Amino acid sequence: MPHSVSSASPSREDEELPDAPVESATETGGVKLEDMFNDDDDEEFPASSAQDVKMESSPAPAPASAAAPGPSGVDTEVMLAFYQRLFPFRYLFQWLNHGVVPTKDFGNREFALTLQNDAYLRYQSYPTADLFRKDILKMNPSRFEIGPVYSTNPRDRKTLRGGQMKPVSKELVFDIDMTDYDDIRTCCQKANICHKCWAFVTMAIKVIDSALREDFGFEHILWVYSGRRGAHAWVCDPRARNLPDDRRRAIAGYLEILRGGSQSGKRVNIKRPLHPHVNRSLDILKNYFAQTTLVDQDTFASSEQAEKLLGLLPDKSLNEALKRKWESSPDRPSTSKWADIDALAKTGKSSTLNTTTLRDAKQDIVLEYTYPRLDAEVSKKMIHLLKSPFVIHPGTGRICVPIDPRKADEFDPLSVPTVMELLGEIDAYDAKHPAGTQDAEMPDVEGSAVNGSDIKGTRKLQDYEKTSLKPYIEFFRSFIANLLKEERAVKREREETAAPVKADPMEF
Amino acid sequence: MIRQDVHRIDPKRRATIDPKKRQFATPTYKQQDYPHRLNLYDTPPTAEITLEEFEQWAIDRLKVLAEIEACSYRNKTPADTESHILPLLAKFLPLSSNTASPNGAADPRLKNERQKDHYSHFILRLAFSATEDLRRRFARAETMLFKFRFQKDDSRERRAFIESLNLDWEPVSEEERNQVAENLLAATPALRRVDEETWYKVDWEKVAELVERRSVFMKRGKAYVPGREQLSMIMAEFTARLERSLELTSRALPRLDEDDRLTPILNHLSKNFGSAESVYSEGEGHVDGAAITASSIDSLSQHFPLCMRSLHINLRKNNHLKHFGRLQYTLFLKGIGLSLEECILFWRQSFKGKTDDEFNSQYKYNIRHAYGDVGGDVNRRGRGYPPYSCQKILGDNNVGVGQAHGCPYRHFSVDNLVGLLQSTGVHDKEVLRGVREDVGKQRYHIACNRVFEWSHKTEIKKVKEDGTWSQADLDTIVHPNTYFKRSYLLKTLAKAPPRGEA
Repeated sequence: MPHSVSSASPSREDEELPDAPVESATETGGVKLEDMFNDDDDEEFPASSAQDVKMESSPAPAPASAAAPGPSGVDTEVMLAFYQRLFPFRYLFQWLNHGVVPTKDFGNREFALTLQNDAYLRYQSYPTADLFRKDILKMNPSRFEIGPVYSTNPRDRKTLRGGQMKPVSKELVFDIDMTDYDDIRTCCQKANICHKCWAFVTMAIKVIDSALREDFGFEHILWVYSGRRGAHAWVCDPRARNLPDDRRRAIAGYLEILRGGSQSGKRVNIKRPLHPHVNRSLDILKNYFAQTTLVDQDTFASSEQAEKLLGLLPDKSLNEALKRKWESSPDRPSTSKWADIDALAKTGKSSTLNTTTLRDAKQDIVLEYTYPRLDAEVSKKMIHLLKSPFVIHPGTGRICVPIDPRKADEFDPLSVPTVMELLGEIDAYDAKHPAGTQDAEMPDVEGSAVNGSDIKGTRKLQDYEKTSLKPYIEFFRSFIANLLKEERAVKREREETAAPVKADPMEF
Repeated sequence: MIRQDVHRIDPKRRATIDPKKRQFATPTYKQQDYPHRLNLYDTPPTAEITLEEFEQWAIDRLKVLAEIEACSYRNKTPADTESHILPLLAKFLPLSSNTASPNGAADPRLKNERQKDHYSHFILRLAFSATEDLRRRFARAETMLFKFRFQKDDSRERRAFIESLNLDWEPVSEEERNQVAENLLAATPALRRVDEETWYKVDWEKVAELVERRSVFMKRGKAYVPGREQLSMIMAEFTARLERSLELTSRALPRLDEDDRLTPILNHLSKNFGSAESVYSEGEGHVDGAAITASSIDSLSQHFPLCMRSLHINLRKNNHLKHFGRLQYTLFLKGIGLSLEECILFWRQSFKGKTDDEFNSQYKYNIRHAYGDVGGDVNRRGRGYPPYSCQKILGDNNVGVGQAHGCPYRHFSVDNLVGLLQSTGVHDKEVLRGVREDVGKQRYHIACNRVFEWSHKTEIKKVKEDGTWSQADLDTIVHPNTYFKRSYLLKTLAKAPPRGEA
């Protein structure tokens, strides 16, 4: 077996070939043995050493390879530095573990890693935060996703008989993606966003958040920027985490108002009187419609879109009148067009017009153009994986930071820090405050090893605190603190109610 | 004896046992009383009954359940079902309300009725928890019975019963109701006035269907449900509890204290559940005197129901069938009396493209397994699996690409179905129109029976006139093997005096 070779050579390769897996096949180590086991080496060497090389060599980056960005757009070295210095492993652990002592909630949780070579590793799990961090640093994935807690450890799935491993719980999740809005936004297309179209996400957050809180009574809802053009919600209440799939489907159905694809014509068909949820949503969305749809996007400016608008109005003769008017002045802005509908209706040009139907149709239009477009499939299944908070979006380099739903209006996706900016900020800070001047009395800890999940008792400034990531991590921390508080209360309650039952036989 | 009685009479004495000695003490149980007519069957019975009662009560209940199931198979209207079931219930399983007696619930007659209802339910639970299929059917029939009784119940007693259940339904106070009146009106469909209804606050998870349709008012995790949704909620609760405890029973069954007096009775009961219906007893589909061999399948296939016909056509066309198609067809062939050797021969000849080696290694084992020739002890003792019933075939809801099994009436698109029917010789416009209608209403077995009746109409008329077949022999077909048997017999009967066939 060629193990004797491979055990000797990787350590040498580390120095010589930090990031060149292709070349390792031509590496000239132990010529004789290589000749002997030629075919073995050719197949096994590059595959196994490629990862080792990347992972272990990174502390001492080789300039030649560092310049070449990975397939993802963010440099692998940068990625690793981010995991080492900034990623809040400890808080992520506490969030998923619902406590400090490691439990099954974390140990049986599935993680799925996307490696730098785009390989996708599912069913990873980690007993503790430290092992989790260690493995992430070793694998250096371009991103990773979080799945459900299973009844057994997901790594053991192959040793179990079929159907033994069942998902037990997962946060209820929602996914809003800007691409679903492509037919109604005029500013950008596809993967691009600007402040104008981010407003759609803002209103979606407000509508969904208030429905989840007021109607369903959920309290621990974490909103996370997806890194490019969308947002995710993680509902972390114990009651939400344990919902079976059919109940998740019920929630998704409750929140879904727009049905059918872009070809199916009128997509909003709701009954009157309006359900309180729809009514509240309409109140929230009215102002956005006036600002975003009519002014910022100027959605109905083109004759094509105006045609579509007419298609949603109920009365034929009114439509005719509107069409004539709009054709005569092609540059009429959306706001005026929208106002025209009421203005013309009031003049009584149409004898058949029913004011209630017109009002309903206008409400439907407001909903059609502003109501959140959820990717419902994500929410319906417990086993669905969703990108973890705080990972880097490989395309933009931006961090998937939490969004405070109370301040959703203030959130600006374009000012979310990128990983390069953050690393720069650490360097700038360290240059300004050379070690020893400020924290003289603190124990001297090797700076580069310190990160979010580190040694207790030291009050050395952590790396994230030197950067603009700080407020986001603080927010995450307070979110977790609230969650854990309830979690503890629930546990205590359970113990208290359990106690009398136990004591019962003693009472004679 | 006496000691035991003492324990039973005084439940408070339970606590007098030293906890350390508890495991050696004789178990003591709370005496069951039946304040309500209805029962959610939460507490298992504990008193003693005689063996005769055990068997008789179970059989009586079984008769009722079998009839209820039969009614639903035949798609009888609720009114028809009611008129059919009521006399049976009165005869076998009477259950009077408290108002039926001046003494109310204390009347011994009522008590006996309720005891019988309670005990027979639990006996049948034991008998029907063994397999998934039986559990599902039992739960379905019991739910229908419960619903039936629930609707018949006196409204005051019904309310008392519901209150006794502790279902976690919090009634909405008048004050709160008035506060949210506007929302209730807006959220609840077909409601004119809020004060028409009594309202309950329940956890929204309990009424998930209402939530999904957005037809209930929600506030902080509670759904405000009007009283008229009570029935569906109670039903859901009943089914959920029953399914859960059947599951538990089935797990406990192997550890049942082996009592050689009860086991035969239980086995006998579970075999006979709805004997007229889809449970297939061995040899039922066999036809005496018919030579059934590998070479005769082609000519016999004209008597096959459409599901098997379609498999046969597919097999001849492609010289191959996928796994579930083979399984469905093999079991059917087994049911009509094709022996294992002939069956292997049949498949060998049908798979023209395969070599002997391929056939032996890939297909033969499965055929032998289906016949119970190989496999685990259970499989061999049971002679393989029983042929699939219509219910089983209809229940398969993911027939994939390239697969031919399942029920054509359910799994084919209407146009393909009509095409298939026409290719098998069903051209009558009226019949095809009827089939389209049935399929549209999801009455697949009715459609299948319609085709059967049409293609055998002369023979059916004849045997009816002769009086050789009674109406019972011409009941709705709910098993492919019944279809074959009846079709074969009718055609051969008709052939006996020389007459042309359709």
